[in-house]
Amino acid sequence: MSENTGLAPPKSPPIRLTREIVNAGFKQRVNELSGQHMDACYQCGNCSSGCPLAQEMDILPSRVMRLVQLGQSDDIINGGTIWICASCFQCTVRCPKGIDIQAVMDALRQIAMEEGVDHFGPDQISPELAASVPQPGLVGVYRKLAT
Amino acid sequence: MKRIGVFVCHCGINIAETVDVKRVAEEALKMDGVAYAQDYIYMCSEPGQALVREKIKEEKLDAVIIAACSPNLHESTFRTAAEEAGLNPWQCEIANIREQCSWVHSDREKATSKAINIVGTIVQKTRLNESLEPIPVSITKKALVIGGGIAGIQAALDIADSGYKVILVEKESSIGGHMAQLSETFPTLDCSQCILTPKMVAAGKHPNIELMTYSEIEEVSGYVGNFKVRIRRKAAFVDWSKCNGCGLCMEKCPSKVSSVFDRELAKHGAIYVPFPQAVPNKPVIDKDSCIYFKSGKCRLCEKVCEIGAIDFEQEDRFVEEEVGAIITATGFETLPVADLAEYGAGDVPDVIDGLAFERLLSASGPTVGEVRRPSDGTIPKEIVFVQCAGSRDPERYKPYCSKICCMYTTKHALLYKHRVHDGQPYIFYIDIRTGGKGYEEFYHNAEEEEGIIYLRGKVAKIFRDGDKTVVWGTDTLTGRNIEIAADLVVLATAMIPKDSTAELVKKLRIQTGPNGFLSEAHPKLRPVESINSGFYIAGAAQGPKDIPETVAQASAAACKVISLFSRDHLEQDPAIAWVDEDLCGSCRICISVCPYDAREFDEEKGIVIVNEALCEGCGSCVAACACGATQQRNLSDSQIKSMVTASLGGG
Ligand SMILES: Cc1cc2nc3c(=O)[nH]c(=O)nc-3n(C[C@H](O)[C@H](O)[C@H](O)COP(=O)(O)OP(=O)(O)OC[C@H]3O[C@@H](n4cnc5c(N)ncnc54)[C@H](O)[C@@H]3O)c2cc1C
Ligand code: SF4
Ligand code: SF4
Ligand code: SF4
Ligand code: SF4
Repeated sequence: MSENTGLAPPKSPPIRLTREIVNAGFKQRVNELSGQHMDACYQCGNCSSGCPLAQEMDILPSRVMRLVQLGQSDDIINGGTIWICASCFQCTVRCPKGIDIQAVMDALRQIAMEEGVDHFGPDQISPELAASVPQPGLVGVYRKLAT
Repeated sequence: MKRIGVFVCHCGINIAETVDVKRVAEEALKMDGVAYAQDYIYMCSEPGQALVREKIKEEKLDAVIIAACSPNLHESTFRTAAEEAGLNPWQCEIANIREQCSWVHSDREKATSKAINIVGTIVQKTRLNESLEPIPVSITKKALVIGGGIAGIQAALDIADSGYKVILVEKESSIGGHMAQLSETFPTLDCSQCILTPKMVAAGKHPNIELMTYSEIEEVSGYVGNFKVRIRRKAAFVDWSKCNGCGLCMEKCPSKVSSVFDRELAKHGAIYVPFPQAVPNKPVIDKDSCIYFKSGKCRLCEKVCEIGAIDFEQEDRFVEEEVGAIITATGFETLPVADLAEYGAGDVPDVIDGLAFERLLSASGPTVGEVRRPSDGTIPKEIVFVQCAGSRDPERYKPYCSKICCMYTTKHALLYKHRVHDGQPYIFYIDIRTGGKGYEEFYHNAEEEEGIIYLRGKVAKIFRDGDKTVVWGTDTLTGRNIEIAADLVVLATAMIPKDSTAELVKKLRIQTGPNGFLSEAHPKLRPVESINSGFYIAGAAQGPKDIPETVAQASAAACKVISLFSRDHLEQDPAIAWVDEDLCGSCRICISVCPYDAREFDEEKGIVIVNEALCEGCGSCVAACACGATQQRNLSDSQIKSMVTASLGGG
């Protein structure tokens, strides 16, 4: 998981945009996997405003959308947002452009797993925590993270 | 003594919230000469006006005072109401207790006593008001339109179609303005030339329109309905009455000049027409670059011109015209790239402005519509558009939004994408403003379907690195800075008024605002009139605007002119200056202070008279006249004295 707590701004070197970066790979793959059209997002921010887990995220959902538009995968794939997302669909029902953001989150999780990025695993749960969390909750989490 | 009626308006709560209107009416009734007083919720409503009419008759009133909003708004409404009830309109006065009282105060007690005071002064004025008759003024039913862009063309056509004569004066050799330079136009992408040329031709052929291109206004005198205009017809060094537009001279001319029309992306001869569809399609010789004018040798054009139309001896001519109304439609230009230091000040290759990009996109442009960058003629694959270049920058450049560049930049990126399929356009913006019919949809389509990358942030710096032009910007939506090594950069430079407008408005004596655009008489309700009667404004000369708005405004201005011309004569307000001939010492100080040139020395009478048609009743000469010979009707010295006394609490 990302080290970033969201308290300090991430270091941000300039993004060097080229037509290859914009058009190759990442955005198209997200489009394919999610069945959504990333360029349709006009950055209104409604998905972030309504997200019940936004305060836990290092990158807000609308900014996730934006980074995908610019072909910037690193921060998303290595960050926590896609794992914090509870697939609650609040964003999807609110989006004025009809984008299924939850499906985008799903697609991003899949890409992260394909790339073998270390994400939330059983060994990261301390025995004390495991004891305090109800079993169906743990099962639910693994089911989601395994799709 | 006159019987005066006072009507105090609540203006909903606009006045009544701050001013105790009932008390104002009660106090008014105690004033000398006031025979009747009442308050009412909306005086300007029909029942309010009916009340005035009714009471004039019932109470046998000789004069009425409406204590309400500014006379600019409703003076004529109430004067008409008073006239309908049999009063002379100049026996109706307005006491402004809104703009000058309730709106600017909050203390109810003090505001109420000020309102009573204002009413008191107007009562004093009204007691001594004379009944006046409007001064009839004749009208020359012929219009002058200055500027032959789409605004001027549309206005001229509308006036001409309704049967009145129009003179259309254009500074360049052809009409058309900037619209002639554009490729395709947002939001429907129709070809600019294709929709403009028919209108240019119609203006050129209309029996009621006299085109005077390559001409400028020298001097304007007179007043609404009766202007005298002196026009300079610049020497073209070609006899247009002979020239048949064959173009041989232009082919042979050995001199090469950068084309202003093509934004310096192409060259033409010293003898040229700015573009092939020009109206009239007649060439002019640019004296500064003609070899003959510089060295006395050449005259090639003269040799090839079989009909002998070339005339090196031609000189500027002057014509005098009489017109009744003047529309100013002198359009805009764009902030020079050279003014924008952080964007290379015009010294970085491949940084061009929007109009230059229009020429690159245009099928009749220097590259026949292929997007090729100026430095080496290659097709740019990474292209950056920079919006708000000089706009919305109150510290360094222009504070206002140029309004059209959001839309044309999206258009540019879209047209580029249509021509260079594997190219990538980026647009840096602060906000995207698409307030027009079909505009938001146009932008959304570009963003969603055309692969244009919009980056939210102002560009800080543009510089050259090898054969790339590097753009440093930011994207506040990711919180990351952006660097793009571009092949071509297009700046959406601020729209500014045409440089010659400043000089022209001095000749016309009309006003401009802080940024040099023409001022309208009222920003909402009189958008196409100048404050000075008889002057109308249209198009980008009034403020940044696109073609649909320009055309709408031009037709509106034409409509105002047509309505003026539909009258038999004009009525001038008689509440102006007059001279007591026995008192005038002919010192002529009044002539020097009058801003409207309304005072002139009458040789026969040996005194200085008032030209009633020109006098706007500003009172400057009245104040200046040392002999007390000049007085203002219904604002005589004795009226002013009693008003001052009343305002100081005397009576
Ligand atoms: C890059 C760019 C792209 C654009 N694209 C679009 C588009 O796609 N769609 C759209 O709707 N709008 C577009 N516009 C806006 C459009 O160009 C203007 O709305 C329109 O040209 C305004 O017309 P106008 O007649 O008021 O001014 P102008 O076109 O400037 O015409 C004014 C005329 O007056 C003449 N003149 C000036 N001073 C004098 C003088 N003192 N005496 C005599 N004549 C004088 C000038 O020579 C000129 O011919 C674009 C503008 C730019 C800069
Ligand atoms: S689906 Fe995920 S991103 Fe969308 S609102 Fe729910 S938690 Fe937030
Ligand atoms: S709600 Fe939809 S359009 Fe708005 S920022 Fe989120 S994804 Fe984009
Ligand atoms: S005389 Fe002047 S305009 Fe004529 S051909 Fe020579 S350079 Fe050109
Ligand atoms: S129209 Fe758009 S680009 Fe032009 S100044 Fe306004 S906001 Fe900036």
